[in-house]
Parts: sequence; structure tokens; C-alpha cells
Amino acid sequence: MYGDAIFFWVFSATLIVSALAVILARNPVHSVLFLILSFVAASGLFLLMGAEFLGMILIVVYVGAVAVLFLFVVMMLDVDFAELKQGFLQYLPIGALIALFVAFELGYVAVGWTRSTAAAAAASPAGAIANTTALGRVLYTQYFYFFQAAGMILLTAMIGAIVLTLRHRVGVKRQDISIQVARNPATAVEVRKVPSRVGI
Amino acid sequence: MLDAGWLWPILVSALKSVVLLVVLLIYTAYVLYAERKIWASVQLRRGPNVVGPWGLLQSFADLLKFVLKEPIIPAGANKGVFLLAPLVTAVLALSAWAVIPISSGWAIGNINVGVLYLFAISSLGVYGIIMAGWSSNSKYPFLAALRSAAQMVSYEVSIGFVIITVLLCAGSLNLTDIVNAQDTRLGIFGWYWLPLFPMFIIFFVSALAETNRPPFDLVEAESELVAGYAVEYSATPFLLFFLGEYIAILTMCAMTTVLFLGGWLSPIPFAPFTWIPGAIWFVLKVSFVVFMFAMVKAFVPRYRYDQLMRLGWKVFLPISLFMVVLVAGVLEATGWGVHH
Repeated sequence: MYGDAIFFWVFSATLIVSALAVILARNPVHSVLFLILSFVAASGLFLLMGAEFLGMILIVVYVGAVAVLFLFVVMMLDVDFAELKQGFLQYLPIGALIALFVAFELGYVAVGWTRSTAAAAAASPAGAIANTTALGRVLYTQYFYFFQAAGMILLTAMIGAIVLTLRHRVGVKRQDISIQVARNPATAVEVRKVPSRVGI
Repeated sequence: MLDAGWLWPILVSALKSVVLLVVLLIYTAYVLYAERKIWASVQLRRGPNVVGPWGLLQSFADLLKFVLKEPIIPAGANKGVFLLAPLVTAVLALSAWAVIPISSGWAIGNINVGVLYLFAISSLGVYGIIMAGWSSNSKYPFLAALRSAAQMVSYEVSIGFVIITVLLCAGSLNLTDIVNAQDTRLGIFGWYWLPLFPMFIIFFVSALAETNRPPFDLVEAESELVAGYAVEYSATPFLLFFLGEYIAILTMCAMTTVLFLGGWLSPIPFAPFTWIPGAIWFVLKVSFVVFMFAMVKAFVPRYRYDQLMRLGWKVFLPISLFMVVLVAGVLEATGWGVHH
């Protein structure tokens, strides 16, 4: 039990410190790297609670895919820090409002929180059926339509991204692999007899 | 006095990890040596033959050289991230081995989501490269890091789908269960490489691309692009990248073994062969896949970058997506996949 406690404190301390560092770091790339560290720490906490599937999916999806793209964007952007700081006072009121709202929500949830027996049954750590199996059984039966709806939303977003970025420009040379592969010496090379002092 | 019984599992795990680490590192040293010898034979050379008898100590001489040289940090580099990047690569590559079952019950962590853990660790591997490329504060490593990250992210997708087909057949995410599901009376013909043959090939090729091996080594194509993201690295930090890369290759070989080649199972499922310890079969199989990796490097010319992307997105992704649907359909129709 002490072992669990030690890991809990390590993960939660890492999570809090790195979450703070996300907003305190001067360098935006450092911020993203701290964000990634906080995702990893959060996934460690999931593991300690017995939600192994969620913990791993958090790493695969958020850290392995989403954060990589995020990091790309931040690295490519040439961020001007002086310009960033100029707008600070201007955006302070609305930022503070959002922060207050989120803090209120968190407090509301924390005060009204009771242990749900239904959720505890679904989690079933180290129980008869594995966590992943339990999730799959609920997801593909009880919540099947929600699952399909989520899939449709993601598909729409994907098609949207492709439509926004796909451009058919004229005059661009494209390669057709099948034509390239079908080439043979007869079609690729033209052999000519070059007469002396005349040229082609 | 406090009851210290809770400490035991942690200590035992730590001890097991140290043993695995030492064995793995020595194995890696000889994999390096073997690969150089294999390439040498293909190209009619002798290969390393000076340090020790038949050059057997070559890798250790290289290690000493890396460690004793001076690490150079570029003046404009982001120092912390620059030094962290090779550590991230090496530590992640090593930590993947925590869940790999070397023999029946010989995994340090026999977790229920072993496959997902391996997948997560291999998807994290891209961070070492991105961090190295960015923190070097130089154009060439940065461009190489972008190229490499795009490559690794692309091939992860098809690897994911290939893994899903295996999971559908085995009905579990636990690596030990996956190996046990391949334990049939058919021996070598009961392992998943045969029923899932196209997926086995796709997994092997994607593993080459994921670990930046030839013919997909566009990350550090020495002859054209210097050394990719590791241009600015020298001495021990470079050694860590090198080590991380090789351990990642071994992890992929071990994954191939577990998912498709029956892990520790004997290929011939009766008496004299089943007496041989599972760990020996496992090491033999991993070595066989390593040999295949080395032969591919010796034989196949390098891909162009657009060909690489086309292969990943336009060939492997549709095939593996179709196979997921097909395998699921066949399992559902015949009832072979039901284990619960």
C-alpha cells in the first residue's frame, strides 16, 4: 500500500508542477513539453486507479498524436514575446472571467461529489473482467449510438480538414506511380544515331 | 520498527529490471556486431575482425570510444532540451521491455494492456527526435526531425490496425495471453503469421519504417542528409541515441515474435522440442527477425520520401483497414474468435 502511496505522490506532484510550468514557462516549446509531461503524469494516476485502458489511450492519443502536431505548430511559429506581452492587460479581464468560471465549476463538482456505485461497478479494478473488456461491453451495447455519433463527428472533422487544405493547382507536375513502374528501356530511352558535325 | 513488507515487490521488480537491462545491453552489443558481419558478408568484406578474437569485442571498443570522447554542445542550442532528448529516446526504448514476455511468466509487468503499453511507448519515441531537432538550433536537424516525425506518425497508423487484427484473433490485450492463444497442436503453422499473412508482411515493413531502418532511413540518410536530427550530437549523447534506436529495433523484433511468431512457443509441438526452455526459442526467434532486418538493409535500396508516404497512407492503410473488417467479419461469422 505504501508503494501505491509513493507513486501517487510522485505522479500528482509531477502533474501539478508541470501543469504550473505550462503557463509559467517563457518558451512556448518548453510549455508544450511540460504539457506532455503532465499528460504522462495524469496517465500514471489513471493507472493507479486501475483505469489501465484510459491511461494508455491518454498516452497514445494525446501524447502520441495530438501533442506532436501541437508541438510542430509551436515550433514552426515565430512567436514574438514582446508583442505577446503587450496584449496582456487588454485580455486580462476576459481571461480572469474564464478562470473564475472554471474555478466555480470545479468547486461545485468537488462539493457535490459523492461516490457513485454505478461508476465503481463499471471500473471494477482487478475484478473478474478486465478493464478494457468492461469498457468495450458498455461502449458497444449501451452507448452504441453515442459511439457512432462520435465517430461521425470525427469523420466530418477529418473531411473538413482535407477539404480546407487540398488545393488543385494548375501547372504542378505530379507523379503517377503506375506509369513510372510500367516504364521499360524501350519507352524510357530513345537511342539516336548522331551524325558527326551535325548534332541532333 | 515499521513493517517493510510492502517494499519487497518494488525491490524484486527493480532487481528483475536490472538483470533484464544487463542481458539486453549485452545482446544489443552482439546484435550490432552480427549486423556488421552480415552486411560485410553480403558485400564480400570481412567486417570487424581486429578487436578481440574474430572482432567479438568491437562493440565494447566502440562504447569506450563514445564514452571517452568530449560531448560538444552547440553555443546556440537549448541546453536542457538538447541533453534531455537522447535520454528520452534511450529510456523510452528500454522501458518497452518491461512488458515483453520472454518466456511463460517471465515478464516484469504482466499487465492487461501490454499491447497498448508497447504501442504507447513506441508512439512516444518520436519526442526524442523532435526535441533533438528543435534544440540543436540548426536548420538541418530541425528539417530532419520534422521529416522523421511525419514518417513515424504515418506508419504508426498501419501498425495500430495490424495489431488490432491480432487482438481480434487472440481476444486479449495481454501479451502472455496472445502467445498462449497461438499455442495450438499445429505448432509453427498455428502461429498468427500464417492466418494473418499479409498483416505479418505489413507489420514487418511498418516496423522498418517506424524504427527508421533502411530502406526507410530517410531520417539519417548518411550519404545525402548527413546524420539527420543527430547532426549536432557527439560522444555519450550520440551513443544514447544510437542505443535507443537499436533497442527500439529489438523491441519491434520482439513484438513481431510475440504477435506473429508464437513468442516462447516451440515451433514443433512435441516432446524433445518442448523440453527446450521457452526463453531460448524466444531469443532464437528475435534473432531471426533481427537477421531479416539486417538482410533488408543489405539488399534493398533507399525509398524516396514521397514513395514512403504513398506506401504508408495509400497502400498499407487501406489494406490494413480492410483486413480489420475482414478478420472481424470472419471471426464473427465462424465463431472462432469467441473466448469469453
